[in-house]
Amino acid sequence: MPPKLERQAMPAQDARKRRKNFNEVALGYTEELALAEAKRCLGCKNSKCRQGCPVDIDIKVFIEVIRKKDYAGALRIIKEKNNLPAICGRVCPQETQCEEYCILSKKDKPVAIGRLERFVADWVIDKKIKEEIPQAVIKKNKKVAVIGSGPAGLTCAADLSKLGYAVTVFEGLHASGGVLRYGIPEFRLPKHILDIEVDFIQKLGVNIALNIVVGKTKTVEDLRQEGFEAFFVGTGAGLPYFLEIPGENLNGVYSANEFLTRVNLMKAYKFPEYDTPVVIGNKACVIGAGNVAMDSARAALRLGAEEVTIVYRRSVKEMPARIEEIEHAKEEGIKFHLLTAPLRILGDKFGRVKALICIKNKLGEPDASGRRRPVPIAGSEFELLSETVICAIGQGPNPLLLSTLPDLKLNKRGNVVVDHNLMTSIPGVFAGGDIVTGAATVIEAMGAGKHAAEKIDSYLKNKQFP
Amino acid sequence: MPHKIIRNERLNSNVCRLEIEAIDISEKALPGQFIILRVDEQGERIPLTLLRTCQKAKTVEIIVQEVGTTTLKLCALRSGDEIKDMIGPLGVPTEIENYGRAICIGGGVGIAEIFPVARALKDAGNEVVSIIGARNKDFLILEREMRDVSNQLHITTDDGSHGRRGFVSDVLRELLAWGKIDIVFAVGPIPMMKVISDVTRPAKIKTIVSLNSIMVDGTGMCGSCRVTVGDKVKFVCVDGPDFDAHLVDFTELSKRQARFLENEKVSLEKYKGEHKPCHQN
Ligand SMILES: Cc1cc2nc3c(=O)[nH]c(=O)nc-3n(C[C@H](O)[C@H](O)[C@H](O)COP(=O)(O)OP(=O)(O)OC[C@H]3O[C@@H](n4cnc5c(N)ncnc54)[C@H](O)[C@@H]3O)c2cc1C
Ligand SMILES: Cc1cc2nc3c(=O)[nH]c(=O)nc-3n(C[C@H](O)[C@H](O)[C@H](O)COP(=O)(O)OP(=O)(O)OC[C@H]3O[C@@H](n4cnc5c(N)ncnc54)[C@H](O)[C@@H]3O)c2cc1C
Ligand code: SF4
Ligand code: FES
Repeated sequence: MPPKLERQAMPAQDARKRRKNFNEVALGYTEELALAEAKRCLGCKNSKCRQGCPVDIDIKVFIEVIRKKDYAGALRIIKEKNNLPAICGRVCPQETQCEEYCILSKKDKPVAIGRLERFVADWVIDKKIKEEIPQAVIKKNKKVAVIGSGPAGLTCAADLSKLGYAVTVFEGLHASGGVLRYGIPEFRLPKHILDIEVDFIQKLGVNIALNIVVGKTKTVEDLRQEGFEAFFVGTGAGLPYFLEIPGENLNGVYSANEFLTRVNLMKAYKFPEYDTPVVIGNKACVIGAGNVAMDSARAALRLGAEEVTIVYRRSVKEMPARIEEIEHAKEEGIKFHLLTAPLRILGDKFGRVKALICIKNKLGEPDASGRRRPVPIAGSEFELLSETVICAIGQGPNPLLLSTLPDLKLNKRGNVVVDHNLMTSIPGVFAGGDIVTGAATVIEAMGAGKHAAEKIDSYLKNKQFP
Repeated sequence: MPHKIIRNERLNSNVCRLEIEAIDISEKALPGQFIILRVDEQGERIPLTLLRTCQKAKTVEIIVQEVGTTTLKLCALRSGDEIKDMIGPLGVPTEIENYGRAICIGGGVGIAEIFPVARALKDAGNEVVSIIGARNKDFLILEREMRDVSNQLHITTDDGSHGRRGFVSDVLRELLAWGKIDIVFAVGPIPMMKVISDVTRPAKIKTIVSLNSIMVDGTGMCGSCRVTVGDKVKFVCVDGPDFDAHLVDFTELSKRQARFLENEKVSLEKYKGEHKPCHQN
């Protein structure tokens, strides 16, 4: 029996150092590490990993090509399906996707597919290897409007452009990328990587129109008048939820969206070189335990908070964040108050946050989601001193655009309803990503964008679906 | 896409009127709406009310009071310069209809915000009675424009250097004693809007104020602009900026205005250190 090959660890910036800077934490595989990891792949005849990939990357083959040291070739294989590999390699929850399906995960650790994906994408960027830009064979004389430049919109636009359509992406903010730009911090997804991948999509022929809030600056009807024949709505889950507890409008309480937008999109971490401020204080609490919460907590630490605490009402098992992010947060010294629910926020006479009052929970019977319901323990209230409270308890669909389309069918949570062709109740208007599913993942949004591009193509060809 | 400054006219020692190229926005804007702009790559996104738009020239006009880094940067621009980003028109337009006798109140730079409302109300057939006020004569802006769109114009200054000495609310109290008022629109500093609201509450006169909370995106995505109205939390950028004055929690609003006070000072000092003032008279 051949010796067992260990899964190669990801080199990372030292935890004590990185908690004070915004540089990338995970440093990426070196060529040696990548080759050693690629060697672990069994090249299964009936490989399962691909089934776990929402955009159907030919994983086995790209790993095989890595073993031949043809990294540009490996990237080409990935890019047949995925236009944002340097991003996905960094932020996808591979543990619940491709890597979960990997045969090795039955007995050992799976092949580090995500790290390999990132390695080849970074290789091509670092070595400045010129990529061929696939050009559409036949230009189709038809215009498609994509609303929102998050992963769903960018993917849909790229695929439609490859099919020969004239695609314009309309983005409300002053920069493209959606959550990739305003939500996920620099230390996890450097913005120059995002710029390079967006640039690639523009080179495919996609036109990105920034600072256009569809519904305000232009309506869908205006766009129809301008000759757009089909629409893809990829406006994401941009509406922040608050806890609805007393004290929530005190100074020092942020939605994670506000906090992260200030830090990432507006670069408040470079204040006063950049004009947008953010105030953090010595102690900060973050409510929630998803990726958004981890990003907020780790950003707060880097902005100078001495103590950052995650407050989560369920237990460690239910924390929705990627495992790597939770581990990184722990290494950096983020504290966790699990089975703890916030009750109210106390302020001082200037209206600034002073403390968060919490109550301890225990786990009761399973709820509708199948997870055990947290039940408050009477008399277990306690005070967490804090100058900042960041609510990272989820986001919903932003009604700004949707409310201008009275014929658009929404479900009771306000998400857009689509049929199996991803078409909404308005003919020619498609939708996908977080606006349909509620807050989910980058790759699921991309999967939806891809699927919609195919369906938009059929729709525009013959106004019907096969 | 950058936006070209067509004109920058200084109205007084700290207020400027700018005309800026904005093709899409100029076609859509309605009274009461605003834009968000970012002057340069390092810049903050700040909200400013649309004073008027010109569809022919494809421009918008704004009036800016210098209070911090961004507004100083804006006022320092000359025609031909560019600003990096602008979005709009944002917010729900003011509800314009024929109410009958409408009082339009503007305090300080708030006069710029009440002007488009007063004009639209006049066009809709209202009898428009306007009250505008400022610290002194020099700070009173748009007097001529306001006169053109009002059936009656009252002017107050804190020091009596122009119009009558006192506050806009003094005039409102008299008007209240004097005849029927169907609706009041007021824009200005928070304390002014609060006093107006207190004056009209006992008489149960519908009073609309336009709120200036601190914003980031302006599209309902962040909640920075949230205010308490009645027992509900509202986002000023998408639910407003107009609200029923009698329901607004002004105390909370004014506390929230001070969220970044320390940082704003740091930013301003830095900016002033790097720039000598360009308009000295
Ligand atoms: C802080 C944070 C961390 C995350 N971390 C991860 C992670 O590690 N891994 C992972 O897989 N997922 C992660 N997610 C989730 C993931 O980012 C989202 O599921 C994904 O971005 C959804 O993509 P989308 O294209 O549907 O929408 P978005 O990325 O939300 O993009 C929507 C875009 O539409 C624009 N828009 C909205 N309305 C309009 C309008 N009317 N006109 C014009 N433009 C409009 C918005 O400005 C935005 O740019 C994270 C989310 C957050 C917030
Ligand atoms: C809907 C809306 C419409 C507005 N219209 C106009 C207008 O037509 N003309 C005009 O001159 N101003 C207007 N404002 C106010 C303007 O946005 C602020 O003065 C500006 O953001 C200050 O930016 P700064 O960087 O120059 O100052 P900063 O250094 O950011 O702030 C300086 C001081 O200004 C106050 N301030 C900060 N941000 C805001 C804010 N968003 N709103 C109000 N006060 C603030 C604070 O008290 C702060 O201490 C409007 C605000 C809103 C929300
Ligand atoms: S399942 Fe795992 S071992 Fe098999 S091909 Fe895929 S990555 Fe390689
Ligand atoms: S400014 Fe962000 S929600 Fe209003």
